[in-house]
Amino acid sequence: MKAAKFDYERPADLDGALRLLGGGGDVYAKVLAGGQSLGPMLNLRLAQPGLLVDVTRIPELTRVEDDGEALVLGACVTHAMIEDGKVPDVTGGALPSVAGAIAYRGVRNRGTIGGSVAHADPAADWPTALSALGAEAVVRGPSGSRTVPVSEFIVGVFETVMGEDEILEAIRIPKLSADARWGYYKVCRKPGEFADAIGAVLVDAEHSVHRLVIGATNAAPVTIADAAEVLGGNGVPGASFDLDAARRLVDGADTNLDDMERHIHAVALKRAVEQVAK
Amino acid sequence: MSTKGIGARLTRKEDGRYMRGRGNFVGDMAMSGLKEVAFLRSPVAHAKIEGIEIPDAIRARVFHNADMKGVRPMRPAASLPGFKQSDFPALAADKVRYVGEMIAACVADTRAEAEDLVEQIIVDFDELPVLANIVDAQKPGATLIHEEWGDNVFVVTSRDDDIDAVAKTAPVKVTRTYDMARQTMNPMEGAGCLAYWDERMGQLVLYSSTQAPHLIRTGLAEHLELEQRQVRVIAPDVGGGFGYKCIMQPEELAVAWLAIKLGHPVRWVQDRREHLVACANSRQHHYQVTAYADEKGRILATDVEVTVDVGAYSVWPFTAVLEASMAGGNLAGPYGLEVCRYKTFSVATNKPPFIPYRGVARAGVCFATELTVDAIAREIGREPHEVRFENLVTPDMMPYTNILNKHLDSGDYPECLRRAVDGIGLEAVRERQAKGEEDGRMVGVGIGMFTEQTAHGTSVFSGFGIPLIPGFEQAKCRVTPDGGLEIYIGVHSHGQGMETTMAQVANEILGIDPDLITVVHGDTGSSPYSTGSYASRAAVMAGGAISRTCKVLAERLGIIGAHLLQCGHHEVEVRDGKVVGPRGEVSIADVAKIWYLNPDQLPDDADPGGLEATGGYKPKVDTGSFTYSAHAAVVAVDVEIGAVELLDYVVVEDCGTMINPLVVEGQTFGGTAQGIGTGLYEESPYDDNGQPLASTFMDYIMPGATEVPDIRMVHMETPSPYTDHGIKGAGETAAIAPAAAIANAVNDALRGLGAEINETPMSPRRVLAALAGARKAAE
Repeated sequence: MKAAKFDYERPADLDGALRLLGGGGDVYAKVLAGGQSLGPMLNLRLAQPGLLVDVTRIPELTRVEDDGEALVLGACVTHAMIEDGKVPDVTGGALPSVAGAIAYRGVRNRGTIGGSVAHADPAADWPTALSALGAEAVVRGPSGSRTVPVSEFIVGVFETVMGEDEILEAIRIPKLSADARWGYYKVCRKPGEFADAIGAVLVDAEHSVHRLVIGATNAAPVTIADAAEVLGGNGVPGASFDLDAARRLVDGADTNLDDMERHIHAVALKRAVEQVAK
Repeated sequence: MSTKGIGARLTRKEDGRYMRGRGNFVGDMAMSGLKEVAFLRSPVAHAKIEGIEIPDAIRARVFHNADMKGVRPMRPAASLPGFKQSDFPALAADKVRYVGEMIAACVADTRAEAEDLVEQIIVDFDELPVLANIVDAQKPGATLIHEEWGDNVFVVTSRDDDIDAVAKTAPVKVTRTYDMARQTMNPMEGAGCLAYWDERMGQLVLYSSTQAPHLIRTGLAEHLELEQRQVRVIAPDVGGGFGYKCIMQPEELAVAWLAIKLGHPVRWVQDRREHLVACANSRQHHYQVTAYADEKGRILATDVEVTVDVGAYSVWPFTAVLEASMAGGNLAGPYGLEVCRYKTFSVATNKPPFIPYRGVARAGVCFATELTVDAIAREIGREPHEVRFENLVTPDMMPYTNILNKHLDSGDYPECLRRAVDGIGLEAVRERQAKGEEDGRMVGVGIGMFTEQTAHGTSVFSGFGIPLIPGFEQAKCRVTPDGGLEIYIGVHSHGQGMETTMAQVANEILGIDPDLITVVHGDTGSSPYSTGSYASRAAVMAGGAISRTCKVLAERLGIIGAHLLQCGHHEVEVRDGKVVGPRGEVSIADVAKIWYLNPDQLPDDADPGGLEATGGYKPKVDTGSFTYSAHAAVVAVDVEIGAVELLDYVVVEDCGTMINPLVVEGQTFGGTAQGIGTGLYEESPYDDNGQPLASTFMDYIMPGATEVPDIRMVHMETPSPYTDHGIKGAGETAAIAPAAAIANAVNDALRGLGAEINETPMSPRRVLAALAGARKAAE
């Protein structure tokens, strides 16, 4: 399959990109970043935009900043840059660890953190991992910027809160305290495939964070923000968190999964928690 | 003798261009005026075509069945009693019978533009009930896929041994149902072809990614109603075939017709989605097996029903009968089975047609029989390999004709099994199992054995009565004026390294360095006729033909050489690239120079045939030489998520004399990887509407570097008594046993939990279902 006809623009700045997205009349414009999901969709003609707006040469979107409380990564920072430590890590190793296990190196070289979040494929890593880390999406539109927690940014399968005239500008990842612990467990048929199930957990007692995320469901990642009790309060986190406890959480969440899938998600969640309990 | 001849571990001559990306595949070709083709394929599985609406503006670039007047549908015959023929037109006529069936061909400057044309065509379908599986297709009153048939069964074959006596007295009875998933073959290069009409030669020229150029030529001529001399088929570099490219594809027929119709070159290059959805289907077998055994596990009789979901049409020329009849014929495997009753059904469904896939039918047969052997072993509480020893044909019985008329030519099957058991370290695995795993996974070990009939020829294929039966194989060999050699053969290498191995065979006879030998193959314009590279036949057949022909050349070189050496020609010997006499030697290059350039120096008795000869060959027994093998696998099963990891894998194989052990090992690695795909990953599921659910590699999982363990290989080498140099085929074998070995290992791992899995692929979902079933049964 080869893509249907489309126009292509590569604006030099964010305002230029916003003008192209907002000014098209009946032209359906789509943002192109790393193209690792959009490329195949174009070739399969599942997506047939009239205009592709390539945002990879916009300097604002590759910036890396420390604003004191959080690390701000421009949306076009690639998975490989995170994997390779080319950007600072404020998450005790969570960011590079997740980045390094996304798909294959060829995909990581081009795929971007913002593209992954904006594409909102539930089986991708960043939507779940960033929800667990309490990250925020910085969205720019014609009328300015707004900030939305990643856990609220994605509202369904391939669905976000963004309007067609908005761009995901950056991801803001809060710094974890020194004794914070995280766990991340992904089930896939083979390394490099999209996940069949993801379990993620963050325990940062100093910041009163006990957060679980059930990812790679047939819906938006499910964030359980008040998991302190199921994780055993302030004792050894997760010591009493068994498969039944995990299954109860999965069963209670809006996942659109069948029985066997919920079982596998419960296992993933349990194994993620085991990582913080060790 | 020669260090580069038969048996040498020579690196492959062709790899230089492949590794540097300098191969020449159909997709690489440039030609002035070339246009690209995209096909409109049916989105529905079963429907009448009520009308096709094509906008006027593009009508001249769109073609459908009604435009192809005079082109015959593919309607291969088979002589099996009751076989029903199917009309398979290149572009659907009044009805479509599977999703992906071609309806129209669109021609444009680029593939993308051709696909734009496809999107503008509107087809009016009158949808019919869909038969998406063998159960629905066999129900009384089911919709008919081919109305004139009366039912949906291509053919039934059977063997009717009386098993009642055994059934009454046998102390052990095991009954199982086995299912193999539908698969596609996925060579790295999909199909593709380019055609044009050559005015000067008055010839259609078709470049195609095929295993069998002569076969395609014959097929195109017959179906386009051309004379055979008016068609030339050239297979350039071919990036894998696995059987998919040994049939005439409807796309080849359509593209050939378009080239004649349009008067300019046209090309179609298959994309992966077309491959996964519409082409290269295979492997979907269903078995019901009852085996009777004594207390030691000696199998007394088997009673088997095989049903193959062969899809909507017979492919040309191998038809829909090949799978099921080969399944029936191979049920004895390497065992000395004495009583066997079977019935096979080749059932038509609304799916793409079945195509012979590496290890035709035998991956399924091996799965069914080898899992049954293990089930017997569990039933009587013996080690599975001990049960195999009770049943294997032994060397003192060779050659051995089994009850299904398979003539096993040579080998030591028990030794093969012993080496597999030792190789995998069975005792150590048993100790490890007793200790248990730190991570809670369950470890298991399993074995899969089989025999593979290779290079089976005239007497076997004539039994199927299909349109094209392999016979004698020829090679044309020419010594060049500077003492090099050109070999012309009609088989084609689609990745097997034949440019190297065939040169080694010639080197064995003439001693000409393989670097000075060119193998010319894949072109009907230059090579002797051959039905092609399939049935693991090329090394045996073309190898034998080259050997024979080179001996003719050696004789002729000897006559001239003896004259130059002033001795009798019975006193000379051709070796190491020279004619060697009692008192001196002369190089083949010098002899060739005299033949071609200085004939004034030739002796009177020089053979006027010169230094070019065509010779032919067929083994003295043409029922096939039997390669055999034992695969052993160790797995770890994560019983919480159903994941299976291969921890260790050993292959013991005997393909007779190895022309080049490196090439045999390459074939064995690749085949095993494919078999791992069959066992654990690959699956083309269909929903009840006959819609394929795996249309990209997102859903169709192939094994990759992380799924294929370091395969440890043990060679045995028992020359076939029937073939020149003792060669047996090696191309297909390794793909046959992995699913069986892995399944036996998984079932060994799950034994303590009472779970058993009897289908492929052993996906997490199937493993978890087996575990859930066992828990339920225990309640």
